[in-house]
Amino acid sequence: MSAALLIDILLWGSVFGVGLIAFRRGPPVFKASLREGSMDFINIVPRIALGVIGSGYIAAIIPQEVISGWLGPDSGWLGVATAVVAGAATPGGPVIGFSIGTVALKSGGGVPQVVAYVVAWALFAFQRVILWEIPFMPARFVWFRCAVSVPFPFVAAAIAMVIGKP
Amino acid sequence: MRKPIGWSTIIIAALVAVSAGLVWRRDGTDGVLEILTHDLSLFGGILPRVLAGCLLGAFISEILPHEKVSRALGPKSGLKGLLIGTAFGAILPGGPFTAYPVASALLAVGADFGATIAMVVSWTLIGYGRAVAWEIPIMGTDFTLWRIVISLPLPVLAGALGRFVYVRLYPKPAIKDDET
Repeated sequence: MSAALLIDILLWGSVFGVGLIAFRRGPPVFKASLREGSMDFINIVPRIALGVIGSGYIAAIIPQEVISGWLGPDSGWLGVATAVVAGAATPGGPVIGFSIGTVALKSGGGVPQVVAYVVAWALFAFQRVILWEIPFMPARFVWFRCAVSVPFPFVAAAIAMVIGKP
Repeated sequence: MRKPIGWSTIIIAALVAVSAGLVWRRDGTDGVLEILTHDLSLFGGILPRVLAGCLLGAFISEILPHEKVSRALGPKSGLKGLLIGTAFGAILPGGPFTAYPVASALLAVGADFGATIAMVVSWTLIGYGRAVAWEIPIMGTDFTLWRIVISLPLPVLAGALGRFVYVRLYPKPAIKDDET
């Protein structure tokens, strides 16, 4: 996959870039941040292991059909609200989230509802919040960020209704 | 904030144990092992990126000048701060393994909740990483670009709402460094 390779190159390029800047501030600065980053990594690995290895099981018991069923062809704001809940409840990574969106589009789901679903998934997918956001960020920030983000899948659906289909 | 074991870990562990049990009852040992091997290889692939994300966060929090960050992204940075946060989230390479360590580093060096929310929301909604790697191949270029255009105003709005609520919820800023 070339996109993944490109992202890896950009990622390690950025690490190298900021590392170089830190190194030019002096080796103690460089060593301290290298040490800090490595300690963060060691502390975070057990959680990541649990989340990544466990996510397959969680995804396996919540069948995709159930969620794409929620997205059904029913339109209107109730459909948007359902889509938001479905987005937050979707287990697994981007492949599952976007596949469900595509299935919903192809099986007659409304475009604003699918937009609400994809935006809600990006903002709230429970697995990403629990697996990535809570371990790395202060918990208070995570809950605050989620609460403040609640209106925005609805805003996105409203914009989609106004400007029409892609 | 980065304890290896916390309540969220316990919840996830319970969820995983129950799910694995249900998979075992439905598909037997083979089903459980099949998912395990697949996810182990996924984990192996992700690990180097997690390391890169942690290093990026640590270097950034070390090299970013404290006063400048709190001026550019702090509580009094206004619309400009929200726009900088949005731009930063949009250009940040990598996935959640970069976005959250870097966001955490920004908070630590003086960004406020509003600008950090703008950055996280921007990364997840208009960042190119996930769009290029997953959304375009699965949902198509037309839908993806259109969805991103719709999402363009959202990070700034979310950051502004965050800032608006934050100052009312916590009238005395808990952040120690206020610029005088």
